[in-house]
Amino acid sequence: MKPYKLSKRHPLGGCLAILLAIFCSGPFTAGAQVDLFKLQAEQDKKDAKQKKEITTSIFKTTRIVNGQSIENTGRGILDVKISHRFGEVNTGGYNFFGLDQATFRIGLDYGVSDRLEIGAGRSSYNKEFDEFFKFRLLRQSTGKGSMPLSVSLVSTAVERTINGPTTPYTTNYTDNLNFVNQLILARKFGDDFSLQFVPTMVHYNSVQTTSIPNDLYSVGTGFRLRLSKRVNLTGEYYYQVTQFRGTYNAASIGLDIETGGHVFQFFFTNATGINESSFITQTTGQWGNGGVHFGFNISRVFTVVKHKY
Amino acid sequence: MSFLLVGVAFTLCAQKIYSTKIGQIKFNANTPLENVSAVNNQVDSKMIDKTGQIVFSVLIKSFKFENQLMEDHFNENYMESSAMPKADFKGYITNISKVNFLKDGLYPVNFDGTLTIHGVSQKVSTNGIMKIEGGKPAITGSFKIKIKDYGITGLYIGEKIAAEPEIVINCKYE
Repeated sequence: MKPYKLSKRHPLGGCLAILLAIFCSGPFTAGAQVDLFKLQAEQDKKDAKQKKEITTSIFKTTRIVNGQSIENTGRGILDVKISHRFGEVNTGGYNFFGLDQATFRIGLDYGVSDRLEIGAGRSSYNKEFDEFFKFRLLRQSTGKGSMPLSVSLVSTAVERTINGPTTPYTTNYTDNLNFVNQLILARKFGDDFSLQFVPTMVHYNSVQTTSIPNDLYSVGTGFRLRLSKRVNLTGEYYYQVTQFRGTYNAASIGLDIETGGHVFQFFFTNATGINESSFITQTTGQWGNGGVHFGFNISRVFTVVKHKY
Repeated sequence: MSFLLVGVAFTLCAQKIYSTKIGQIKFNANTPLENVSAVNNQVDSKMIDKTGQIVFSVLIKSFKFENQLMEDHFNENYMESSAMPKADFKGYITNISKVNFLKDGLYPVNFDGTLTIHGVSQKVSTNGIMKIEGGKPAITGSFKIKIKDYGITGLYIGEKIAAEPEIVINCKYE
């Protein structure tokens, strides 16, 4: 067996070192040789390991194109969103390739806390109101106790107010309601790329016939790719596991442009509706034959509650 | 023998390190067009009474803005804080001998050192006030920096964002 190598230093030297350590390593006293610059550098290294840092700006705003992103509106911030979709490009020169027509949504989002966002909007498509809340369950972080993913829960209620066909039976107010529950799982891979998956369940209180299911399931995906400091390429695709006949999966591609207090998004999408249930489950346009819309979202934020730090 | 060693240790230890982890640094890059200001209340700073050596270590992501979007842009587009998470100042209080740490009062102090922001180091000389109260020092001071000196680029600097923001320091040491 190989013996352990023992220190050959004089035992008194060790004793002196111990004593110095006792008297000099206290929080308030220090030896004459102490260099704060080195001390701080060492402490910074230690702190870096101890500190948990939340990953921010996974996406640039709270929507990717049509759907919710993992991001929340900041606490005390009101975000006014104006979303606009022109008509389908394949409607030809007579409609000026869709620019003659438009559907839109006007919405207000508000950050109640660092974790909770609430919002409401009105869409012209089917004259729908929607309200939602989005709650951060987990936040991606680095450092001590790091978390690989951000996870949020979004729940949206949509009320259709367009006059439906007359029916031989009486209809109730609640027949016009549908609900969307989504779990958003997102991760930022460095500064340049982020990805999210969104398992989704849409529930319709009433559907046209009993053979049509009330609950529809789908999975959304979305990404962000940084092109420059202020421009990001975004894309979104919702794959429907179960769907209404005659509908297609919503697919969109666009650009996020940051301009100070705004994020300006413009894109192409095959969805006409803008709230969750209409774009996920009621998209009738097809990319294949040019049934896509040019559209843009404008977002302007206002500080409502100033908090002191 | 050990008494002697204790004595040696004490004489060597006759200086004191004052420190804080909750110092405050504000910056103000306001313009008539936009309020661009933020507060950081987690500043780590230490100083030695005898030598006047002083360090500040600042986590960029701990600067809090009123506007979340502005904070995101600050970190991502200007400071690039995921790549360069810290700013620091390493230097000396050049006239520390004029400060009597045992006597309450206000003492004007001069700082000389290196300020590193966004990975770029620049020499900085400025002055401030040291207040001694109950044996505990506190430092206040302010100075201006030029954003361009630190290799920080981006839109609106000199327009919506002041080209020479003011940095205000307020640290109480224990």
